[in-house]
Amino acid sequence: MTRAIVQIGGPFAALLLLIAAFFAYEPLRKPFGGTPPPVEELTVERTVLDENGIALRVRAGGTEPVSIAQVQVDSAYWRFTQDPPGALPRLSGAWITIPYPWVEGETHKIVFITRTGLTFEHEIEVAWPTPKVDAEALGRLTLAGLFLGVLPVALGMLFYPALKSGGAVTFQFAMALTVGLLAFLLVDTLSSALEIAGRAAPGLKSALLVWIIAALSCLLLWGLTRWRGQEFTPLGLAASIAFAIGVHNLGEGLAVGSAFATGAAALGGFLLLGFTLHNVTEGVGIIAPLLERRPQLSILAGLACLAGLPAVLGLWLGAFAYTNHWAALALALGAGAILQVIIEVGLLLRRQIGQQSQTRAYPVVFGGLILGVAIMYLTGLLVEI
Amino acid sequence: MMTVGEVDHGRNGFDPTVMLSDFDQGSSSQLPDGRTLREFSILAEDKEIEIAPGVMFPAWTFNGRVPGPTLRVTEGDRVRINFANAGSHTHTMHFHGIHAARMDGVPGAGEAAPGNSFVYEFDAFPFGCHLYHCHSVPLKRHIHKGLYGAFIIDPDPARHLEQAEIAAARLLGTPENARWQEFVMVMNGFDTNFDEENELYAVNTVAHAYANRPISIDRKRPVRIYLINVLEFDPINSLHLHANFFDYFDTGTTLTPTLKTVDTVMLCQAQRGIVEFSYAEHEAGLYMFHAHQSEFVELGWMGFFDVRDAVA
Repeated sequence: MTRAIVQIGGPFAALLLLIAAFFAYEPLRKPFGGTPPPVEELTVERTVLDENGIALRVRAGGTEPVSIAQVQVDSAYWRFTQDPPGALPRLSGAWITIPYPWVEGETHKIVFITRTGLTFEHEIEVAWPTPKVDAEALGRLTLAGLFLGVLPVALGMLFYPALKSGGAVTFQFAMALTVGLLAFLLVDTLSSALEIAGRAAPGLKSALLVWIIAALSCLLLWGLTRWRGQEFTPLGLAASIAFAIGVHNLGEGLAVGSAFATGAAALGGFLLLGFTLHNVTEGVGIIAPLLERRPQLSILAGLACLAGLPAVLGLWLGAFAYTNHWAALALALGAGAILQVIIEVGLLLRRQIGQQSQTRAYPVVFGGLILGVAIMYLTGLLVEI
Repeated sequence: MMTVGEVDHGRNGFDPTVMLSDFDQGSSSQLPDGRTLREFSILAEDKEIEIAPGVMFPAWTFNGRVPGPTLRVTEGDRVRINFANAGSHTHTMHFHGIHAARMDGVPGAGEAAPGNSFVYEFDAFPFGCHLYHCHSVPLKRHIHKGLYGAFIIDPDPARHLEQAEIAAARLLGTPENARWQEFVMVMNGFDTNFDEENELYAVNTVAHAYANRPISIDRKRPVRIYLINVLEFDPINSLHLHANFFDYFDTGTTLTPTLKTVDTVMLCQAQRGIVEFSYAEHEAGLYMFHAHQSEFVELGWMGFFDVRDAVA
């Protein structure tokens, strides 16, 4: 026991000694003469516009605590309150409330001036009242989420009879199409995760976490699905696809919800229609593994909900509780899930093809892959926020 | 709108309210030819100053303040400036006035490296409202970091017999001058993040200083402002007086106004003048003044005159 403590505690004690020695000598300080100037960072995580003015959730970064000395709105110093007050230690956050008479539909630029005179800018592109959490807003967001997520997936499932009548080749084509569609979603999800991570407080290193979480979630799902050492059932595969698509739709919901909250997008019928078309293909992907069965309607409905309902959740979170850091991590989780499903579907497809002539199968598979990506890209053009 | 909080003037070592009428006449002595010699000691030093509540600026200063001391002499005086540089960079003092090339305070003539000194000497001409500033290169940085100040040459009534009374009213220390309320206003700005744009604007450095603490004015006595623009980066600056009009003496080099009855003047960098007005016919109250670039107003360049029937 004592030996174990020494063996484990020893290295830790040595590490503590090293840290103490480092701070005693600070080898990097002396050559530059005196204390290096502090590097400060300040990131705005949330913006709330209401009848009381502008409220901003900020997060500090950098080597020194950040003291917000003054705040300018549209190049004018303005009274503000900070909660909690005082200097913000690294990675801590605070709400800045400014009783500013903002103008609906116009752009406002906020500049934070710190104690050292550094400035951090934040632009409110289109000032719009932040929706309040009430029954009406929740209802509207839920409806939008159903249109965006559940409905298109259900519509896509209507292709079931047509696909079923096609036989083995159609099945391979549908599975390849699913891989293409998922590949598109993987790239799309990862790139938006990284883009959002880039807007988060730099000290959180969100972009690095995106890669780690995507890899971990892929591995974790891989392990979970093989927990009992069994092959995937077609239904299990369909559920996996639905889940992966669901996490992606959560991301879409987040994007639309936050755009809705900040007034950055005119969420007209056109945009929702675009999402509907975009997501119809997802329905096809989910039913592809089930073509050799006859699934009950309730199971199909469940799969549609698994893939579509996260969009509703995403809309809620996006509208009321959006922060770049957590949104990026949620999307990374989704990217990992998608990657895992791509591998599963790919393996299934290979098993299928393995029993027949490859010269016949490859054109079908490549056709499906390319069509899957192309459909997603083209319908994706309709939904630029 | 306004800045939040208060500046610690004690820590800065200078107070904008005191600065308004803090005239440094140096130490005077008689020269063999009967003229007055005025000697000043100026020290250039690096100093962190608070320019708005909570906002620190790594300034370069003359005598630890921005703007530097207001040097005030009389037309025809011999002026001697013992300039020492305790700063981290080479500096000069370049006076707007009449002097020899050797005394110009530019690179190559009168520059003092860190730890060194230089003595500037010249006769005080012409009378007026002038300025001095560092002329070392890079010039822009040496100015916007805070190396500037007011240099006032009062007219000698004996040299202007036809307008002797007006000249006497301008000459510090005369009974005619005593009834005037005189203020120095150096219009400046600060680029706190060094992006070549000013984050704040002010008169005598501290943003909104005279909005937070209005300048007390005795209603019955006339007001004279020595107005100097040293603002860097923005091409022009201006002064607008509320609810009143003033006479303006461009560069202060005349005893009759160059502009009569105006309420706004526009100045480029180093342009300056004397502003004269009175609230004798006004009711007591807070009278605003500011630059009429409205952007500057809410970035610090705005203040009030607190006009009262009697000022303690």
